Amino acid sequence: MARHDKDSARPLIPISRREFLNRSSSALAGSMVIALILPEGSSAGIAGADYDWDRHRWVYLIDTTKCIGCGSCVRACRAENSVPEDMYRTWVERYEIPAEGEAFIDSPDGAEHGFDPVATGLSVRKGFFVPKLCNHCDATPCIQVCPVGASFATRDGVVLVDPEHCIGCGYCVQACPYGSRFINPTTHTADKCTLCYHRITTGRKTACVEICPVGARRLGDRKNPDDEVIEILATQRVEVLQPELLTRPQAFYLGLDMEVR
Amino acid sequence: MFPELTGFLFPNDIHIHWSLMIVMYPYITGLVAGAFLVSSLYHVFGREEFKPLGRFALATALCFLAVAGLPLLNHLGHPERGINVIITPNFTSAMAGFGILYASYFIVLLLEVWFVFRVDIIDTAARSRGLKRWFFAALALGVYDTSPEAQALDRKITRVLAAIGIPMACLLHGYVGFLFGALKANPWWSTPLMPVIFLFSAMVSGIALLIVLYQVAMKLKGMPIERNAISAMARWLWLFMIMSLTMELLEIMMLAYERAEEWEVISHLLTHQLSFSFISLQMVGGGLIPLILLGIVVLMDRYMDDRIRNTLTMVSSLLLLLQVLAMRWNVVIGGQMFSKSMTGFRETYVPEMFAKEGILAAALIFFIPFVLLVIFEKVLPTFRHLES
Repeated sequence: MARHDKDSARPLIPISRREFLNRSSSALAGSMVIALILPEGSSAGIAGADYDWDRHRWVYLIDTTKCIGCGSCVRACRAENSVPEDMYRTWVERYEIPAEGEAFIDSPDGAEHGFDPVATGLSVRKGFFVPKLCNHCDATPCIQVCPVGASFATRDGVVLVDPEHCIGCGYCVQACPYGSRFINPTTHTADKCTLCYHRITTGRKTACVEICPVGARRLGDRKNPDDEVIEILATQRVEVLQPELLTRPQAFYLGLDMEVR
Repeated sequence: MFPELTGFLFPNDIHIHWSLMIVMYPYITGLVAGAFLVSSLYHVFGREEFKPLGRFALATALCFLAVAGLPLLNHLGHPERGINVIITPNFTSAMAGFGILYASYFIVLLLEVWFVFRVDIIDTAARSRGLKRWFFAALALGVYDTSPEAQALDRKITRVLAAIGIPMACLLHGYVGFLFGALKANPWWSTPLMPVIFLFSAMVSGIALLIVLYQVAMKLKGMPIERNAISAMARWLWLFMIMSLTMELLEIMMLAYERAEEWEVISHLLTHQLSFSFISLQMVGGGLIPLILLGIVVLMDRYMDDRIRNTLTMVSSLLLLLQVLAMRWNVVIGGQMFSKSMTGFRETYVPEMFAKEGILAAALIFFIPFVLLVIFEKVLPTFRHLES
């Protein structure tokens, strides 16, 4: 257990050359084994080898009262998932709401570099940050509209895109009410948050959850009886984004405001 | 390269993923549906005033339908996988209807063209030698019966095919409107009126195209422009444009009067980003002016000199062709000029000239059906029945 904690506290990027070589050689060996086991032409997928998707049901919880707008999650996501420039699988929004008049909302570069102070000229009485990502909706229009079934939901509740079948029509991008999808300029296919499926199926947290210094982002599992996030969902007042659209988001929010869409 | 933005946009919402190609696609299928309707008015409903145009309208529909899929294919990130929409469709997607509707309509249209031109094909085969004879014999598919009974059967089958074709043309185009109308995420698109608006504007654009092409063709061939045909098309065009404008206005007025949440975004959109293409083109230049001009043609038909009628219908038709193009633009591009945050806008969108989905590509794709039409006319003259 102690070993695991130490591991997760390790910074993401700086690793020694020896460690890098060690890790990559074992990864190489691992992938060779997988390549030998799998029949030709089949793809290894991104889930862990002995992962059982019937034993999990993932949800996401965002506590906006904790977020400090540092943008670490946005950077971690980009590094972890090679998200192309100017595109976002996750981002953070800043709200500055005066007692009267219109709210000031921004998200410069998706908050990848955090937020600079701004002089809005408003007498701000209420201000907060809202991290956003794909809501992994249960009744999602993006899967509904995909003409070839390349957008799909895993049985453990994650909305994914199969880049080998996506035709790049962009219908799902138009259908998502949350702006969570984009067309990847390199692969020319739809791209979005995968809930770090390659990580959560190997017992790790998503990169954004892992890096968040204040615990504003949390991953929960409905099939885990002792899950703290599920306990919060059961006992506290949580909200989802744009509930009127009935997409049944699986990303839940604490401390949302009516200004947030 | 970074677009000018106002307000707050979700960071992924600054891109225009549905480009000029997606503007061209409904524009072209609309022309198909409208042209087909005109041919059906003659073939199904026996409106004699459309006889000069019956075959030409059918050829026009076929030539435009032949390229209707091109803008889509050019737009896809992976055109090589485009066929999957047809062979492995996901039926919860409205877009999965494309393959079935497009393919079946194409077959009906091809069959109808064959039955309408069958006798011409056989005649040409009989009158020619060598390669040409061989080519037309192949087109005749080995059937050389031109007896009066066979021709009567041809006409009967044509009528049935044309009758089947009407709902199919409506479906093919209504479906395009459905694609937009059924997206609840976008308040500018999401309305049940959308397929209806698309259908009526399709009829408008198709009839307008035929008025233009017919007059040009007659000029080129040195043949007289049939007064009755122009009068009748002007009447239908007027009817459909009134319906189309009414629907387009109704949609806006409902939103405005309801003071629905969407109106804040849409009123801004119409008065800023789309002020030229919506107010100036779609409503005034391409709406009000042809409404008046065609009104004059229809109401004063009896007292009008042929040349004035031809000119007025020509000008109205060109304006209406522009109006429908503006309408497609306003729907497709307009729907992407604001963020789903409902608080931010992209200020401008100017398609690039030479990009893969740019202006040149769109112009080229739009040019192809005219070339096809000229070839069609060379192979199977559509006005031959008028010459004799």
